[in-house]
Amino acid sequence: MARVLVGVKRVIDYAVKIRVKPDKKGVVTDGVKHSMNPFDEIAVEEAVRMKEKKIASEIIAVSCGPAQSQEVIRTALAMGVDKGIHVEIPAAEYETLQPIHVSKILAKIAEKEKIDLIIVGKQAIDDDSNQTAQMTAAVLDWPQATFASHIEKGDKELTVKREVDGGMETIKCKIPAVISADLRLNEPRYATLPNIMKAKKKPIAKMTPKDLGVDISPRIEIVSVEDPPVRQPGVILPDVDALVGKLKEGGHI
Amino acid sequence: MLRKLLTNGHIRCARRFSSSKAIPELTKDRYNVKRGEYSLLTDGHMAFFMNLLGQNRVINDPSECESYNIDWIKNVRGQSRCILKPRTTEEVSKILEFCNENKLAVCPQGGNTGLVGGSVPVFDEIVISTALMNQIESIDEISGVIVCQAGCILENIDQQIGEKGLMVPLDLGAKGSCHIGGNVSTNAGGLRLLRYGNLHGSVLGVEAVKANGEILDCLSTLKKDNTGYHLKHLFIGSEGSLGVVTKVAIQCPTKPKAINMAFLGVESFDSVLTTFRRCKNELGEILSSFELIDALSLDVVTGHYKMQSPIPQFPFYILIETHGSCNEHDEEKLNRFLESAMGDGVVLDGTATNQPSKMKQLWELRESITQGLLMDGYVFKYDLSIPIKEFYAIVDVMNEKIGKDAVRICGYGHIGDSNIHLNLSFKEYSKEMHNKIEPFVYEYTSSLKGSVSAEHGIGFRKSKYVHYSKSPAAINLMQDIKRMMDPNKILNPYKVLPESS
Repeated sequence: MARVLVGVKRVIDYAVKIRVKPDKKGVVTDGVKHSMNPFDEIAVEEAVRMKEKKIASEIIAVSCGPAQSQEVIRTALAMGVDKGIHVEIPAAEYETLQPIHVSKILAKIAEKEKIDLIIVGKQAIDDDSNQTAQMTAAVLDWPQATFASHIEKGDKELTVKREVDGGMETIKCKIPAVISADLRLNEPRYATLPNIMKAKKKPIAKMTPKDLGVDISPRIEIVSVEDPPVRQPGVILPDVDALVGKLKEGGHI
Repeated sequence: MLRKLLTNGHIRCARRFSSSKAIPELTKDRYNVKRGEYSLLTDGHMAFFMNLLGQNRVINDPSECESYNIDWIKNVRGQSRCILKPRTTEEVSKILEFCNENKLAVCPQGGNTGLVGGSVPVFDEIVISTALMNQIESIDEISGVIVCQAGCILENIDQQIGEKGLMVPLDLGAKGSCHIGGNVSTNAGGLRLLRYGNLHGSVLGVEAVKANGEILDCLSTLKKDNTGYHLKHLFIGSEGSLGVVTKVAIQCPTKPKAINMAFLGVESFDSVLTTFRRCKNELGEILSSFELIDALSLDVVTGHYKMQSPIPQFPFYILIETHGSCNEHDEEKLNRFLESAMGDGVVLDGTATNQPSKMKQLWELRESITQGLLMDGYVFKYDLSIPIKEFYAIVDVMNEKIGKDAVRICGYGHIGDSNIHLNLSFKEYSKEMHNKIEPFVYEYTSSLKGSVSAEHGIGFRKSKYVHYSKSPAAINLMQDIKRMMDPNKILNPYKVLPESS
């Protein structure tokens, strides 16, 4: 049976309206409701189902970030994950934490915990990077099965259906491997009360990037964050000649 | 982009395309109604309206008129050939003055989401649509009082005032389409009445136009004003039969900082009542909604819409929502309540959350039942106020009476307000079933001194049944008031009051 590592990120809840901070250096996060990245929920659900099918033996959830990141680890525990690891990163450094850093952290933990399968969401809904799975696989020199919409585990290999631009692609890859979960992989369960209560007793280990020997110095500088341009209203024109005129004006014809 | 993808999931699509029923029979054919002695629409009349509103705001094309003629649950269909879309109170006034002089019947229409056929014409009444009267005129952040035109969509008001830290005091499944003028005219109830009360309390003032076109300005923004009769109440709940509401002033509560929800599964109706008592005790001031869903009602949305239930199957489900000013306090109260209720075995399973996305999903489970039922076929809907101990008994009674003949007999609703939505769905309409169900349901309700229409109103379909919940003296007085305010009976005829003798 496989030992599974799931990466979970705390992001602003997708039903909340995003506001840009007045200093234009980021978005407002103070007092705003956060939750687990929806694609990570799908990853957790897949891992829990593997455990229920006795394909996985133990599931560990990892989250990198400030103290509040523990909330999403608790949610993962309430969904059926066995234990959690919180890689504590102070708020200031968290601003510039990138997939390149996270992938190294996940790789180190995977080595320490003798992990066979890493499952993460395909991307986070705040940065839309879609890089962590790929980079983690590269650091570990493991195969990667990204945008997974169906996973079947054989003895020593995985058969994964991937949703790609041209359609569906089915690949086989050896284990250990890194998987990134896509929308249609599964429908995550709700955390139910008995499990929420059980989760309070499950352990969450704490560590720092330094403990893992990972350097998280910033590689980027956030120059500015702005709202997308406001959509201009359409104009109703009286006739075809006016339309042609406007198209010429705009340089479209 | 992905955020939009997640919120516009398949559930929303199912909502848009779910009404697959053919158009209903004309009301005049299905029901035994005779057209009143109103004038027929002439070219001269049309010319007046076109002159007043302009060509774009007068609809007379038969296919365009169709959606204004059919109610949301596709039960009734009128034959109006003239839809008017005024922008201002003055335009409504001129329209009514003209119609009154020329004895033309009118049907005021908001979002057309009513469930008793009150919002569409029965014959060829002229529809006065509030769709273009959609301006919020003022928002007072300190007092929480807002003033807006009758055609503002409830959800839009909520979003706009939400930016100023306020919320509308009512919430219902139709909020994306219903107009506040319609809500006020029907005294809509909804999901939060338990906490924020009735519109009679939260509406501070009303501006309405009388049948003769006179503008009645009772648009006060004062919480306390005891200077004479409180006329605004005449228009709250009279369903457009005493005047057309054009503006409202509403006292809006502060938008809560902390919202929590729980979805629970219990074994029996007794457990539901026990849970309710404990909720009131242990959650008290933060409780904002307490809704019941029976197993067959949940099956509507898990079956037709393939929505996910948070917990395994139980005979009854309870949806609880809390509103408060401090999340830590509310979470603690809620968790303590849930731990003790589960520990004692009153609640068998459940989920709790304060994540906006998850709460939205839980509310969708409850709010989509009404629309989902339409996919069963033809639905007989009853909205009853019944003493809380007997609340669910009516479902068992109807099961005994009708049983296997129906596709589904289920009950759900605002148990916190003692208001059950009883639904019996069949593959198609049949007079035989209609007569088996009515007037039995009303007689049963009346025998328990309940209301035959808790919040949906009377409209067209229930005027024969008003007497089950109101005394003859009361009905007589209503008819006196109607005669005084609308002597030509042009406002929303054939509805609300039974035919006077």
